[in-house]
Amino acid sequence: MSAAQSQAGNDTAIVTVANVSKFFGPFQALKDVSLSIQPGVVQCIIGPSGSGKSTLLRCINQLEKIDKGAIRVDGELIGYRRVGDELHELTDVEIARQRLTTGMVFQRFNLFNHMTALQNIIEGPLTVLRQPRKQIVAEAMALLERVGLADKRDSYPSELSGGQQQRVAIARALAMKPKIMLFDEPTSALDPELVGEVLNVMRDLAASGMTMIVVTHELGFAREVANDVVFMARGEIIERGAPDVVLVAPAQTRTREFIAAVLK
Amino acid sequence: MSDTNSPIVSRELAAIAQLRIVPKRFYGRWVAAAAILAILAWLVAAFVQGDIAWPVVGQFFTAPAILAGLGNTLIMTVCAMALGVVLGVVFAIMYMSPNPVLRSVALFYIWFFRGTPLLLQLLIWFNLALVFPTIGIPGLFSWRTIDVIGPFMATLLGLGMNQGAYTAEVVRGGILSVDTGQTEAAKAIGMTRLTTLRRIVLPQAMRVIIPPVGNEVISMVKLTSVASVIQYAEILRNAQTIYYANARVIELLIVAAGWYLLVVTLLQIGQYFLERHFSKGRGDRRTQRAATTEEEPA
Repeated sequence: MSAAQSQAGNDTAIVTVANVSKFFGPFQALKDVSLSIQPGVVQCIIGPSGSGKSTLLRCINQLEKIDKGAIRVDGELIGYRRVGDELHELTDVEIARQRLTTGMVFQRFNLFNHMTALQNIIEGPLTVLRQPRKQIVAEAMALLERVGLADKRDSYPSELSGGQQQRVAIARALAMKPKIMLFDEPTSALDPELVGEVLNVMRDLAASGMTMIVVTHELGFAREVANDVVFMARGEIIERGAPDVVLVAPAQTRTREFIAAVLK
Repeated sequence: MSDTNSPIVSRELAAIAQLRIVPKRFYGRWVAAAAILAILAWLVAAFVQGDIAWPVVGQFFTAPAILAGLGNTLIMTVCAMALGVVLGVVFAIMYMSPNPVLRSVALFYIWFFRGTPLLLQLLIWFNLALVFPTIGIPGLFSWRTIDVIGPFMATLLGLGMNQGAYTAEVVRGGILSVDTGQTEAAKAIGMTRLTTLRRIVLPQAMRVIIPPVGNEVISMVKLTSVASVIQYAEILRNAQTIYYANARVIELLIVAAGWYLLVVTLLQIGQYFLERHFSKGRGDRRTQRAATTEEEPA
C-alpha cells in the first residue's frame, strides 16, 4: 500500500520496517512488508495463522534474521552497522544489547522453569544489566504487585496457572525497562476463563503510555485498546487503519472474510 | 435392558462372590529358584573346598598396600570423572556452536576418543615420550615428557579424555532436551549465547544429565583397573604385585573383588537417593500445582 510506504520514511517513528522479506527455505513468510509505528501507540496485528504476523514481530527483536529490507528500532538500524556503502553484521553481544530496547511476551509464556516467579523477573536486571540485587528485588516486587501476583513470588512456573505464568512473563519483560513491548499471541495458549486477567494487565500497560505491538486474535481487545490495526495475510499487509474501520467496516474482502470467520 | 438390575441376576452373582478363591500357582518359579539355589550351593562348596586360604583373604583385606591401592582407585575415579565432565560440557557446547571450527574440533574429539579402545589410548598416553620427547612452549620452557606423564598423568588423561567424549554426548542430549522457548526468552531479555547456556539451559539440562553421569561414575570405579597395565598403583595392580610375591592369586583377586563390590554398592545406594531426589522434586511440584489450580478463583 502506498500509505505504508510513505509512513516508512517517517522520522518520529519508534519502529520502522522497510521493505522486509523473510524466507523459510522456499516459503516466503514476509513479502516486502513496510510499517512504521509511532511512540506510545498500541499497534495490533491481526490475520490468519501463517500470515507472517508473528514472524514480523520476531524480526523486530531479531529472533529471526531478515533476508531483505531494513528495520530501525528506536533510531538504530538493527542487526547491522553501516560502514560507508556497506552493512556490517553485528556480533552476538551487540545484538543482545539492541534487544534491550524491546520486551517480548510469548504465546507459550516461556518462563524459566527452574526459577521462581521472583527469580524469573530479577534474572535479566541481575545478569544482563548487573544492577544491585536489593534495588532489583524491590522493583520486581512492585512489578509482581502490578500484575496482581505478589503472593506468588516464591512459586515455580509449574505451580502457576497459564494466566498467572503469562502475567509473570509480562513482569519479567517490564523489569528490563524496555521502550517497546512485543506481544506474540499472548492469550492464545490460555484457557478461555484466564484470558481476561492477562488482557487486563495489557490494558493497564497501554494506559501507562507504553508502545505496544500486539499480535492477537482478540478482536474485542484490539477494538478497545489499539490505536491502529494492521491486517496481514500470506506475508503481506492487506489493510491498515483505525480499529473502528479495519475491524468494523474493512475495505478489503479478505479482511472482511477473516473478521467474519473469527466472530463466527 | 432393565434386567441388569433384576434380583435374579444379582442373587446369582452374589452366590458366586461367596465361592472360595484359589490363587494362581507358580510352579515354574519354585523349580527355577530350587535350581538356582543348587547351583549357588555348588559354587560355594567349590570355593570352600577348593584351594583357597580364606584366612589369607581376611589378612590381606586391610593390608596397607591394598588400602593404598583402594585410595588410588578412588582418587583416580574422582579426578578422571571430574576431567571427563568438564571436557564433556566444553565439547558439547563446542559441538552445538554456530562456529564451524569449534564444531569440527568437537566432532573430531568425540570421533577419535569413542572410536578407539580405552586400553590403546592409555598405552598411547603412557608412551607419548616416543612422539614428543619434550613438552612445553619452545623458547620459554620445556620438560621431558617422561617426567610429566607418569602412570598417574597417563591414566588421568586416558580415562578423562575418553570419559569426556562419552559425557559430551550425554550433555548434548541434556541441552537438546531443554525447550527452545527457554533460549528465546533468554535472548529476548538481552542475554548473550553463553550467558543463556550458563544461566538458563545448563541448569535445566542437569535433570537429564545427572542420572547417566552417576551411572558412569560407577563404571569408572571399575574402569580404573585397566590402568594396572601401565603401572598405576590402583587396587588391582597392588593385588597383582602381592600375588606375584606370595602366589596367593585367587585370594588376592577375591580381596580386590570384595572392595570393588563394596564401593560400587555404596555408590549405587547414593545414586538411588540422588535419582529419588530428582524425581521427587518433579512429583512434588505436580501435586502442588494441582493444589494451586484448585484454590484459584475462576
